[in-house]
Amino acid sequence: MTRAVITHHPQRSAAADRPDVDLSASVGGRVLPDPVLTASGCAAFGRELEPFLDLTAIGAVVTKSVMLAPRAGRPTPRMAETPSGMLNSIGLQGPGIDAFLAEDLPWLTERGIRAVVSIAGSSVDEYTKLAQRLRHVEGITAIEVNISCPNVESRGEVFACDPDATAAVVGAVRRSSAPGVPVLAKLSADVTDIVAVARSAVDAGADGLALINTLLGLVVDTDTMRPVLAGVTGGLSGPAIRPVAVRCVYQVHAALPDVPILGMGGIRHGLDALEFVLAGASAVSVGTATFNDPSAVARVSRELARALADRGFGSLREAVGHAHRHGRQPDPEPGEPAPPPPAEDPAP
Amino acid sequence: MTTAATRAAARVIQTRSEVISLRRAGAYHVMSLTGAGIPELTRPGHFLAVACGGDDGALLLRRTFSIYDVASRGVYGGTVDIVFAVQGKGTRWLAERHRHDALDIVGPLGKPFSLPRHPVSCVLVAGGYGSAPMFMLADQLRERGCRVDVVLGASTEEKLFGVLDAKRIAATLTLATEDGSVGERGRVTDVLPGVLDRTDADVVYACGPMPMLAAVAKVAQAHGAHSQCAVEEAMACGIGVCMTCVVPVVGDDGVTRMLRSCTDGPVFRGDRVRWDDLGTVPADCYGAPATGDGSA
Repeated sequence: MTRAVITHHPQRSAAADRPDVDLSASVGGRVLPDPVLTASGCAAFGRELEPFLDLTAIGAVVTKSVMLAPRAGRPTPRMAETPSGMLNSIGLQGPGIDAFLAEDLPWLTERGIRAVVSIAGSSVDEYTKLAQRLRHVEGITAIEVNISCPNVESRGEVFACDPDATAAVVGAVRRSSAPGVPVLAKLSADVTDIVAVARSAVDAGADGLALINTLLGLVVDTDTMRPVLAGVTGGLSGPAIRPVAVRCVYQVHAALPDVPILGMGGIRHGLDALEFVLAGASAVSVGTATFNDPSAVARVSRELARALADRGFGSLREAVGHAHRHGRQPDPEPGEPAPPPPAEDPAP
Repeated sequence: MTTAATRAAARVIQTRSEVISLRRAGAYHVMSLTGAGIPELTRPGHFLAVACGGDDGALLLRRTFSIYDVASRGVYGGTVDIVFAVQGKGTRWLAERHRHDALDIVGPLGKPFSLPRHPVSCVLVAGGYGSAPMFMLADQLRERGCRVDVVLGASTEEKLFGVLDAKRIAATLTLATEDGSVGERGRVTDVLPGVLDRTDADVVYACGPMPMLAAVAKVAQAHGAHSQCAVEEAMACGIGVCMTCVVPVVGDDGVTRMLRSCTDGPVFRGDRVRWDDLGTVPADCYGAPATGDGSA
């Protein structure tokens, strides 16, 4: 496909377009030249976005979650718009791992586009088989283990709702994957204690965490007086969930400051991305905003660079977790000791 | 990115467009927008995806509209026209735009209508403002020497769109309204069999609500005519990444797949869409759950 013309960004010199900020990001041991990625399920397998932005320049394409077998997904209606967001119930429609490896992944790697492969399964065995299939494939930037898709038949299958199930899946994928390829666990915020699940994933071998998946939601059509979605419930995404996502990133970074976090949930502008970085994300994914603006991933990166420069940061890394060092300290959890006083950290 | 070379090579354009005019047409609104480069790329059946509500607004999903008309040259350079009805928050916001307001548009999108190689007899059928893409289509069919007959239908006269345009381009125009306010009382499918017989139609082109398309495809098939239907399915992105607008369609290999209306359509062969199975994942669909419950 040929490139689209994006005519509303005035042509600027490279220097004016890119403030002098080091945007390189580290995600589970992998260094990315740019910290803004697509989000799984919001960019298909990347190809459809090629007309709108330079995919080789963005952090990575995070693929739609791929499963072992081809999957038709759920019936329509699959989507309902909500205030500053949307509810979706796609049901992981996809080609299955064989077609993905034969067609979709090579399309990315042959072009030098970094690919984070998202995998989803309904049993530890399925995740293990998927990881084994990817083990000897060249050019995979990271594996994202989607254990938190709400659009599965039974909420009991959402592994990320349970620390032990999380550990079982993440451990199996880590053991079956190539040692040099980071494994990121994608977690759900629909849990009582996301820190406990995050800790469990890390203890099982996760090299990083992807926070957060969509939140389980439901919209009722007041004309038909029935749920809008054929699948009844769906995953809520978009700016509506951003404070929940930022809270999760903040809590997990506070508890596990050395664990890289890929932050996502309602990022639409550069300042939204900056919120996640300040809360503790090492990199971010732009998801639903891509539906609104197909070139959003590249735009958010430009805006983030400008926002970092405006605040005196010379690099993205300096800003990661900054809110913990200079922000208001969280109220102590009931029954837990107060957090330690803020560490000394000169202003940038 | 805006060099002449990339512009010439581009097939889809995202641009900050300017509203040139907005006028009422019966129950509908016709909006004319600047869209440099889009007219040259547009074929009948292509659509435009418009961001509504502003850069910080609460409406995230693009609204998609068939392209009604284009002009490559003029005071404003290229322009592109769409037709819409106020049906919800997004279209209400659009109807409140003024001349010179900016809109982010992406287009042309989708697979357009296929045009016949030979000068055959064509019947164009539309419900409501589903007629929007039909006038460019009719012009191009006539350029190929095709006979063009038009059937427009709606619930009432005010909800017909483009009657004057249709009179200009059609060999015959047949109108059908459910309340009988103009033309025949009834639906387009009530009058279509007579038109197909009279014109000995080879091809039927249709755009409108899904139940109408389902009925038109069946009537065409019964008359041995090929049909092409531009479907209306709710879309979130219009560019093929969200997977919300899928319909069950039979492929050349006989296998049913859930195809995206935005990138695999919106125009499908009428005999390939499984109209009776819309809103379901047929049990024999590629990748359907083995249990057949369709809910996974």
